[in-house]
Amino acid sequence: MRYLPLTKNDREEMLSTIGVNNIDELFSNIAEKVSINPKFDLPNHKTEMEVEKHLSLLSDKNLHADNSNFFIGGGSYKHHIPASVDHIIQRSEFLTSYTPYQPEISQGTLQYLYEFQTQVSLLTGMDISNASMYDGSTAAAEAVSMAKRITKRNEVILSNTIHPHYADVIKTVSGIKDSEFVYNRNFSIDIDYLFNEVDENTACVVVQNPDFFGSCYDLSSLAEFVQSKGALLIVVVTEVLSLGMMKSPGAMGADIVACEGQSLGNPMNFGGPYVGLLSTKNKYLRQIPGRIVGESEDVDGKKGFVLTLSAREQHIRREKATSNICTNSGLCSLAFTIHLTLLGEKGFKSLSRLNHESALNLKEKILKIPEVKLLNKSFFNEFTIELPIKGEVFVDRMAEKGVLAGIPVSRLINNNKELDNFVVVASTETNTEDDMNSYIEAANEVL
Amino acid sequence: MAEIYFTKDHEWIKVEDNIGVVGITAYASEQLGDIVFVELPEEGITAEIGKDIAVVESVKAASEVYSPVSGTIIKSNEDLNSTPEIVNEDPVGKGWFYEIEISNNDELSGLMSEEEYQKHIGD
Amino acid sequence: MKNSNKGLNHDEPILFEIGGVDKSGVDLNKPTFKENFIGECFEDREIGLPGLSEPESIRHYVRLSRKNYSIDAGLYPLGSCTMKHNPRLNEKLARLKGFSEVHPLQPLSTCQGALELIDEISIWLKELTGMKAVTMTPKAGAQGELCGMLAIKKAIEARNECNRTKVLVPDSAHGTNPATAAFLGFDVVTIKSDKNGRLNFDDFKENVDKDFAAAMITNPNTCGLFEDDIIEIANYIHDAGGYLYCDGANFNALVGKVRPGDLGIDAMHINLHKTFSTPHGGGGPGSGPVVFSDILKDFCPAPLLKKDEENYYLVENHNDKDIDKSFGRLCVFHGQMGMFVRALSYMMSHGSDGLRQVSEDAVLNANYIKSSLEDILTPAYEGYCMHEVLFNDDFLSGTGVETIDFAKALIDKGYHPMTIYFPLVVHGALLVEPTETESKNSIDQFIETIRELASKTQDGEDFFKKAPIYTPIRRLDETKAARNPVLRWQKNDVIAAE
Repeated sequence: MRYLPLTKNDREEMLSTIGVNNIDELFSNIAEKVSINPKFDLPNHKTEMEVEKHLSLLSDKNLHADNSNFFIGGGSYKHHIPASVDHIIQRSEFLTSYTPYQPEISQGTLQYLYEFQTQVSLLTGMDISNASMYDGSTAAAEAVSMAKRITKRNEVILSNTIHPHYADVIKTVSGIKDSEFVYNRNFSIDIDYLFNEVDENTACVVVQNPDFFGSCYDLSSLAEFVQSKGALLIVVVTEVLSLGMMKSPGAMGADIVACEGQSLGNPMNFGGPYVGLLSTKNKYLRQIPGRIVGESEDVDGKKGFVLTLSAREQHIRREKATSNICTNSGLCSLAFTIHLTLLGEKGFKSLSRLNHESALNLKEKILKIPEVKLLNKSFFNEFTIELPIKGEVFVDRMAEKGVLAGIPVSRLINNNKELDNFVVVASTETNTEDDMNSYIEAANEVL
Repeated sequence: MAEIYFTKDHEWIKVEDNIGVVGITAYASEQLGDIVFVELPEEGITAEIGKDIAVVESVKAASEVYSPVSGTIIKSNEDLNSTPEIVNEDPVGKGWFYEIEISNNDELSGLMSEEEYQKHIGD
Repeated sequence: MKNSNKGLNHDEPILFEIGGVDKSGVDLNKPTFKENFIGECFEDREIGLPGLSEPESIRHYVRLSRKNYSIDAGLYPLGSCTMKHNPRLNEKLARLKGFSEVHPLQPLSTCQGALELIDEISIWLKELTGMKAVTMTPKAGAQGELCGMLAIKKAIEARNECNRTKVLVPDSAHGTNPATAAFLGFDVVTIKSDKNGRLNFDDFKENVDKDFAAAMITNPNTCGLFEDDIIEIANYIHDAGGYLYCDGANFNALVGKVRPGDLGIDAMHINLHKTFSTPHGGGGPGSGPVVFSDILKDFCPAPLLKKDEENYYLVENHNDKDIDKSFGRLCVFHGQMGMFVRALSYMMSHGSDGLRQVSEDAVLNANYIKSSLEDILTPAYEGYCMHEVLFNDDFLSGTGVETIDFAKALIDKGYHPMTIYFPLVVHGALLVEPTETESKNSIDQFIETIRELASKTQDGEDFFKKAPIYTPIRRLDETKAARNPVLRWQKNDVIAAE
């Protein structure tokens, strides 16, 4: 067994040192109560070659972004990741190291997290950020919990255009009743609804920008209104690249920003692992959940980094912790920061532009297909179209032609017949002119 | 003439007429280690005897501070916001947490004297 | 800038001191900048992101990496963390495009292989634990606990017994346990451990009343001991109408050898990044699937993975009838697929025979360490331990050396310290978990080093108080970091330094 270094001799010697004859003696107290060494309905060990073969066969059964024409977004995006990123994250000292609880031997991790925290704060336009959360949806849920603690209020208002899964996660973790959450057919944020609902019991209003349908908004006046009622504005961003062409959530007045960072450094991976970003204002520092890295000095006066403000965390506060979270996204946050470092300001803004121009290009072509309408008055790199047939049917037929054409809205919102003909389509820097022409050709055949 | 009382959870309260000044004891501040942050109650809120009213954080621990008496918070020690280390340096003097208008003087009879407290921590 | 390098030990400035807004390590096509459809929130703002060329980037991160200890470099005796070797086959297979380049919301007909993989790992986990159902969605162990307790909360509501708000947690529990329960609105009651390091069953029984909801028990517990009364405890809990949640962090002691399902548990989370070798990555990502018994399986979160005659499909939306009892959704999409691939590769590589060897070797290694050190260190409890051994700081009394100092001195000897000051039930705790992937040679070296250091404590505290001295940075002022938090680089940092 290639991962187990002990030899038969080793085991015998060690058992002898301990003073027992066989290993089961060390399990004897358990054996008295329950049967040990059960027979499992599982295979015995396989060679490396066999395991590789088995998993390769499973992998080959899937269509993916590199062997299809790919146009799906909705909270997970296909972007090009520079080769250096994956190479660096596989270095032993990053891949196989533990949480930096002993700072003297973890300055590598602590420094890159400090850099990461700074990058995230710059992107979101906020004062401070933590060392990452599991993903955008759990970051959003944590932001809601934060808002409830800060305002000491319980009511949470979700905008009608946030990602349906994000809404479900927030509801699950924060116990919001269904009646407070309404999708409407307008596909734009129902500002009137929000203005009507916010009152002195509201802890926070959660808004996504660009929203699930792709539309972009200036949230400044909403922020002012929400804050005038003593509530907090939480802004969710599922595509961080959008931040290269828009006012930052901080500049628009957000109190807390929760993002999905997957677009930088991390492949789509069928849903995970991803990296959640959480940023807020200085005054809410003591309420921020999760790990956070701070500067300090060592006994020789040398500058270094440590995990700090741990007293908020579960391993010390226990019942009164700000969250139960233990891990951050480690390697995924490293991939994010490396990719962003390689891009730099110029690269990030260019990449952002390229995404937008790609979506504009696709939009022009799609609008030439008869009976297809565009919903959005604005978008970044994804938009919603209305078709003459059901969205799920369209997407399935396109898939048969090797085109992954988007997300049928009815897949995520299945209780509103009016939405059955809508599809959310994304186009990134990875989509070429040829890809788009294939999309149009296939769509014309299918409709 | 100010009287000082103690609780089993290591709070002290100095009482004159019906105004109390509350803090944590030297023993508590030693146990906590270097204090890094104190979360103080807002002025005007009501405190209830035995219920948590403040939080004191050190690097390795965070502890609730329970109000020794019921009443209304008059003032919090703003200095602790910028220099929480005062609590380590002078826990029973400059390291006070808040001033409270006591609503029920009878509650004081349930608290410990200095002697009783010293015995309590000696155990 | 002054050069304070020492041989291969390079100082590396912060990115913001060396990067520039006009530098980049990526070549992109030029955007046309012609039009935009962003609307009212469009802005071409200055963000302030530093860039580096590719050679500079690689150098920056390589230099940073070399300041880190890692499993690949040495033993990590961290109790309760299970720092075993991270197989490289796992990394290769996770990167197969049919896993990494698949979007979670593709039409299900185009990703049957991915769904089949999730089904396969689900089967392994159910079989190994002897439990009826599993959800793969929780993103880490702590979220797994949240999942288990949410299911229990939902089950209680379904029985209309919302007076049941009390959750019992041992004083030795990991902090995530009471944090999770309190977060969900339960009243947490702490149960004492007895002098044998196990849960005090009498104290436990006294606290079970009509308001009892559940107990959260780690087994083996954080003292490295099997809770011998677990079956009696489980029965008592069920008779009282409550649920037993098991924290599966220490599953490495039992995997392939004992089925937690046979012990009467109702839910248990499994840390794929502990027992099943997915990399710790400097703090994450983890994955915390949860197995459920019959009485809790209906409350599993979305999505559910199901199969009809031929194809896999997902039940994703809360108003589907199959998940009308579910407590909701824990995360966007389906869970940590990247970690599933790695864990399944590990499981298949070991097989059920290899996994049994894993727990046996893990327990053997820990007991060998205990037997080899019990004359010079002070084990907290008598008798055999499981996969980890707990010492208290009695052996340091009178020396002036504290547990923290002992740990820092171990760093100078080339080791990451063991877990210290946890569990809280023992004074100055040192918790050692070697795992099964350490050779006898490696363990013998570790034992020798500990013996040497323990003897050295008799010579005075100075050596220990000064440690570490060989690391890129020495002991840091954690008080200063917490009193005056500086959590990001700011432009005027440069000015302040001058």
